[in-house]
Amino acid sequence: MMFGDYSIGDLGAILAMQGFAGLILFSVYVLMALGLAIIFGQMGVINMAHGEFMILGAYVTWMTSNAFQHYLPSLFPGYFFVAMILAFIASGALGMLVEWGLIRHLYKRPLDTLLATWGLSLILQQAYRSVFGAREVGVELPDWMMGSAQARESIQIPINGMFVMGLTILITVVVAYVLFWSRWGRQVRAVVQNRVMAGAVGINTEKVDRYTFGLGCGIAGIAGSAFTMIGSTGPTAGQLYIVDTFLVVVFGGAASLLGTIASAFTISQTQSTLEFFLSGSMAKVITLLAIVAILMMRPQGLFALKVRK
Amino acid sequence: MIINSRFFNRSELIGFVALALLLFVILPLTLDVFRLNLVAKYLTYAFVAIGLVLCWGYGGILSLGQGVFFGLGGYCMAMYLKLEASSVANTKIQSTPGIPDFMDWNQITQLPFFWKPFHSFPFTLLAIILVPAFFSFIIGAAMFKRRVGGVYFAIITQAIAAILTILIVGQQGYTGGINGITDLRTLHGWDIRTDHAKFILYFVEVVLLFGCIVAAQFIRLTKLGRILVAMREKEDRVRFSGYSVANFKIFAFCAAAIFAAIGGAMFTLEIGFMSPSFVGIVPSIEMVIYTAVGGRMSIFGAVWGSLLVNFAKTSLSESFPQLWLFGLGALFIAVVLAFPDGLSGIWRDYVQPHIDRLIASRKSKARWADGSVADGAPAE
Repeated sequence: MMFGDYSIGDLGAILAMQGFAGLILFSVYVLMALGLAIIFGQMGVINMAHGEFMILGAYVTWMTSNAFQHYLPSLFPGYFFVAMILAFIASGALGMLVEWGLIRHLYKRPLDTLLATWGLSLILQQAYRSVFGAREVGVELPDWMMGSAQARESIQIPINGMFVMGLTILITVVVAYVLFWSRWGRQVRAVVQNRVMAGAVGINTEKVDRYTFGLGCGIAGIAGSAFTMIGSTGPTAGQLYIVDTFLVVVFGGAASLLGTIASAFTISQTQSTLEFFLSGSMAKVITLLAIVAILMMRPQGLFALKVRK
Repeated sequence: MIINSRFFNRSELIGFVALALLLFVILPLTLDVFRLNLVAKYLTYAFVAIGLVLCWGYGGILSLGQGVFFGLGGYCMAMYLKLEASSVANTKIQSTPGIPDFMDWNQITQLPFFWKPFHSFPFTLLAIILVPAFFSFIIGAAMFKRRVGGVYFAIITQAIAAILTILIVGQQGYTGGINGITDLRTLHGWDIRTDHAKFILYFVEVVLLFGCIVAAQFIRLTKLGRILVAMREKEDRVRFSGYSVANFKIFAFCAAAIFAAIGGAMFTLEIGFMSPSFVGIVPSIEMVIYTAVGGRMSIFGAVWGSLLVNFAKTSLSESFPQLWLFGLGALFIAVVLAFPDGLSGIWRDYVQPHIDRLIASRKSKARWADGSVADGAPAE
């Protein structure tokens, strides 16, 4: 059948190769899902425009790369760090604006946030199309990120994948620290659990909401920076990721950051491994079907907080 | 079941008559066949929107996958029409005559087993209803029995819409791929491409639409409708009162799916093709928008919402293609923020009181003219 033509050694190498090839996809998933886990898992807002925040980050990365090529060619190898920071700031700022203009009126109606943010995503898509054009743009990578390390005879590890992966781990750790151990993170969780009570004990809930939403969107912006390495950026590219990202978050258990990472890993690796044996579309169908089937059996996701209902 | 004042209250009766006048008389008399066909296309979405009123407005179950059922109904019809269009005589030039052209292009030499029953017209009609009902039952049973609801249900139905789209696009030998099933000609020997046929199909569709409206109104007014509302407001309390919440939700979801499938089948007949672009996430969410704009609690509102949003979409995207998405997005945000009850809410809050006052003042004037005050005629 599917595995018939390969020896076990080959299969191992294929799995490892596809595994490393899936690293960037994994990173994009983790970063997107991390932002969404904060916005959806913590705040309960269904942000259908999350993909568009990611694409904003991707466009910012593209512009930064162009700017460096034109004005500071000597510093081009390091542009990615600047781009990431700018992407975070741009998406985060837009996120805070959206929270102020739209989301804060809807905290009591979670399903309506879905419709409103879908409208927002349409507007953003058209805005990208008007500003950047309908054609997809690609980002040029600096030399040191190209190529791959030869781990073993038949196994190659792409350098940009390792780099993005390292960054992702760093960001995840920082976010986990901020959310679970810092004073601000405790305030966020207090507001989420009981907005009125949190206000009563002196937390500025409006400010907390705004910064939390901004943080989630900002991380999506960083995901956009990573995204430029695996795909070309177009006005509607973000829409393709939004369902996957929601599934990652739900599959992992909405409130659990660890679950989000585990499920991003499982999903991206399943898909990338299946892609080697099947066509891309069937790999995607089987992955999604498996997730939906598992979610039907275990609706609370992989890592659920124990809550008495 | 008689249409009396209990079945439709006065304002609903006015709405019913107004809609019937518009769809049966005014539009067919004033529009040419091309425009009438466009209206017919808009109305196919009204079927979906009515289903969403039941399942989302009343039951509180937001499904973002209604495109799946719209598509299933549409594809069932399209498969029948395609088989009829690709008779051996019509497809002589293919390497395998007698199978649909796209199969021939994809080097498939035998009709796949799931296509075979669609040679039969009665089977097709049954399949249009039963296939979506079966799938919605499976999805609903799996989710509602485990008490998955709200946001999670919305996301999973959305994922299902994505899966079906990718599957249809990927398996183009069996499904026609991204282009869909095109070049449909006759329905049981009757050419559906002529203007006359389009005219007749329009009336068939409107009759079906009113059938769905009456069915939805019936569901809404029975005890079932009350339970749906009760469930939406306080699910646990309904459960503790001894009702099986899951079964009622499954019913509402299946009813919505069947309505959507009827709409899809009519879409295929009216427009002459079916493609995955009516199945996926984007069309599914747009269908929710029609319902939201019309008013998620109003059956007539759903029809008006589908008509008006689509009319705006066609006319705006014809003249200002750039602005259309801005307009649609803004409409969404405005409806959610300012008018959660949509058009029907605006009607109820701003127009209805004026009409009531007008009727009331005219009545009192009439009474004055008669000189007979306060005999009979209780206040409405």
